[in-house]
Amino acid sequence: MPFIPHTEPDIAAMLASIGAPSIDALFDEIPAALRTGKLNAVPEGMNEMQVTRLMQERAAQDVAMLNFIGAGAYEHHIPAAVWQIATRGEFYSAYTPYQAEASQGTLQLLYEYQTMIASLTGMDVSNASMYDGASGLAEAILMAVRAHKSSRRVLLPTTVSPLYRSVVHCIVKLQNIELVEIPFDTAAGTIDLKALEQHTGSDIAALVIPQPNFFGALEDVDALTAWAHAQGALAIALVNPLTLAVLKAPGNWAGKGADIAVGDGQPLGSPLSSGGPYFGLMCCKQALVRQMPGRIIGRTVDMDGKQGFTLTLQAREQHIRRAKATSNICSNQGLMVTAATIHMALLGVDGLRRVAIASHANTQSLAKLTSGLSGVKPLFSAANFHEVVLQLPKPSVAVLASMAEQGVLGGFDLQPHYPQLGNAILVCATETKTNEDLQRYVDALRHALS
Amino acid sequence: MLIFERSRPGRRNAAQAPNHEAAVSGIPAALLRKGPPLLPEASEMDVVRHYTGLSQKNFSIDTHFYPLGSCTMKYNPRVCNSLAMLPQFLARHPLAPEHTGQGVLACLHDLQEILKDVTGMAGVSLMPMAGAQGEFAGIAMIHAYHDARGDTARTEIIVPDAAHGTNPATAVMCGYTVREIPTNANGDVDLDALRAAVGPQTAGLMLTNPSTLGVFEKQIQAIQKIIHDAGGLLYYDGANLNAILGKVKPGDMGFDVIHMNLHKTFSTPHGGGGPGAGAVGVAQRLLPYLPLPVVARQNATYRCLTEQDLPQSIGHLSAFTGNIGVLLRAYVYARMLGAEGMHRVAEFATLNANYLMAELQKAGFTVAFPQRRASHEFIVSIKPLKDATGISAMDVAKRLLDKGYHPPTTYFPMLVPECLLIEPTETESKETLDGFVAAMKEIWDEAHTTPELVKGAPHTMPVRRLDDVKAARELDLTWKPATSTRAV
Repeated sequence: MPFIPHTEPDIAAMLASIGAPSIDALFDEIPAALRTGKLNAVPEGMNEMQVTRLMQERAAQDVAMLNFIGAGAYEHHIPAAVWQIATRGEFYSAYTPYQAEASQGTLQLLYEYQTMIASLTGMDVSNASMYDGASGLAEAILMAVRAHKSSRRVLLPTTVSPLYRSVVHCIVKLQNIELVEIPFDTAAGTIDLKALEQHTGSDIAALVIPQPNFFGALEDVDALTAWAHAQGALAIALVNPLTLAVLKAPGNWAGKGADIAVGDGQPLGSPLSSGGPYFGLMCCKQALVRQMPGRIIGRTVDMDGKQGFTLTLQAREQHIRRAKATSNICSNQGLMVTAATIHMALLGVDGLRRVAIASHANTQSLAKLTSGLSGVKPLFSAANFHEVVLQLPKPSVAVLASMAEQGVLGGFDLQPHYPQLGNAILVCATETKTNEDLQRYVDALRHALS
Repeated sequence: MLIFERSRPGRRNAAQAPNHEAAVSGIPAALLRKGPPLLPEASEMDVVRHYTGLSQKNFSIDTHFYPLGSCTMKYNPRVCNSLAMLPQFLARHPLAPEHTGQGVLACLHDLQEILKDVTGMAGVSLMPMAGAQGEFAGIAMIHAYHDARGDTARTEIIVPDAAHGTNPATAVMCGYTVREIPTNANGDVDLDALRAAVGPQTAGLMLTNPSTLGVFEKQIQAIQKIIHDAGGLLYYDGANLNAILGKVKPGDMGFDVIHMNLHKTFSTPHGGGGPGAGAVGVAQRLLPYLPLPVVARQNATYRCLTEQDLPQSIGHLSAFTGNIGVLLRAYVYARMLGAEGMHRVAEFATLNANYLMAELQKAGFTVAFPQRRASHEFIVSIKPLKDATGISAMDVAKRLLDKGYHPPTTYFPMLVPECLLIEPTETESKETLDGFVAAMKEIWDEAHTTPELVKGAPHTMPVRRLDDVKAARELDLTWKPATSTRAV
């Protein structure tokens, strides 16, 4: 019997101790009419060899291509040590560290994670992670509304990923929160400041500021943060943590800094994996810490005065506060954070910066190389980081399909989400791409356009 | 020692970073970072030793018996991990065309079908990233259902007082008010209180069965009739699905919507706090509202359903496709168990719980519901021992650590004073359970002979009991260098 160690004598001795005639008798409190018969859709069990064969065949159906899609999930090199250590049984098969004395490994690691992420974002405090960047943004919006008290109105620019906006809508809509879209400047590819200024003087709980934004373009974060604060609104920074090795930390935006910073931690050690699991980072100013959802680790001392780590501020959480909790959130993405912490420790200050700069430089090179093709050009004028929007002279769906036939994932089609942009695709070249890879992209695009 | 204290300025791992020059060009200076972040500068070997060393300070299923009630800490088969981490699965971008992901989509589709069968539901979405998100999806679907019928006066969700804290918190996130109903002396829902609570304002009831008290709710047929007659829907919190897997289907009990914790019942790792996966299943009438994407099979091809297919869907809960890596682990586990294995999960989880309950009773411990069968878990109250010796449930829990056992869940559910909620799971052997009983007997004796030893426990862990009050009052959430030379 897979994963069940009982021998026949064990079963007999256990039933005798219980005083039950059979295992079946242990279910005698379940009304007979409800008892399950046969499971029809569950196949027969497989042993390890058989299931390995099955999964290898399935994996072989997933076609690997040279990938130039980002759009919220980024292909980066992950050092070999990261997942070898993260999947050690002591990390992999441990529960949430409620018993602190027997969980100091996970707890110290999470404290180190909080330190690294708070420093990258320049914020005072970090929690121990959210499910992903998109749901983390939704929680940040709920948090901002709790903190603001008078307004339930949140400005959500369309330069925020449409995938994220969809998740935010799903999660906050039942709490009477008004989400107001702010359009973008179609020349620059950044938030339309004139459209934003129409909201000057109104009661707003928060402004979401993406950096880099969904188009890879860099927003004027100082001006946006200052504007939000002038309205008495909170500034929610939506960031890619890798880019913060180079870009100004949200804690320094407009001097005073953003109030909440969120983002997806995937670029820090999570494989692409068709979309998950990743993790969401969430940081805030000290004054907001009691409004923050999710688990938080604190350093303290034991009864002998020795340093130790423990879950803290649990009075915010659902298992204590129930209906009055800051969120229903219960788990975090512990294993992904374990990997991220090891990933950041291995890369260090210099390594993370090199990855970010190489990704930036590769994307600039690619944009330049493709500009040699007739009718292809970067669409927006704003400076960008490691993604760029390319305008194409032919329908983007057909171009991307043709490139895929040549083994190249040419980018994310913006047409369905931003029809006003015409034939536009979002392209990303991370540090994983060589000059030969970039040339292969250009060749595939040339062929697709011919 | 913290990783930052192992750091030395200028030390770097050349092998892990690209060779690219570390200078940036083409970005306005006002948008650039002013100083380096506080990341360690340590060698690869330092980092490997540091985190390997940290791992050794953890209890885990791989190292210790972990009978944490309500958490289903069963063995996480290693092959589930290695197959979910096959390179082709890891490399695929979530926005790559569907024809490049037929292998992974086939696994997800098969898993949906398996979960439909074992729960007796008409449709399944695998998208919620945790149990609590599954609860959110479930209650949001109930909301959408009532709204679509114009039945907007239903503002209340009923929750038994024994429920997990996530239930009331979820109802509030979905814009509902919570009405709590009491539990009777047998551990079942108080039916009279339920009858008095329902009305035209009732949107639904959230129920865990077996309940958090470790007993099967025998009156489930009556409960479902009361709720449905009032026009409400019935939500199944799948936290305790392990107890009934293959024995009774939530769909047959009359539930309209359920969530499953795949990190419990389907043995995916808890990972020190996640990631989980909280798949939801629904009855026919809630099919239009399932969270997206759902994987469909059409003409031997797998595709993700979108808003065009399910225009009434509650929407997307994650940026992409949920916690796929977790779902692949659950799928491998489900295929290994097969139909026969599914039945055995509940059988041996229940055998182990009832055996452990019987043995602890014989050892003198007080169980909360001696007149009832245990489900996959049961409650011991330490109150009589505390009254006699002053030793609390917390003291017993901490002393168990010294004896090499992770403690059961303490002080939950709150209805039973000084409680230990004990869930051994089906993957533990009789010898392990006997060892645990022996440790509990030793603590019983110590409580009477050397209570200070128990009150001062643990004595053998990396740290002793921690000052939680100091942790909350003097918040120290990030490490700071003694003399700060860094800025951001």
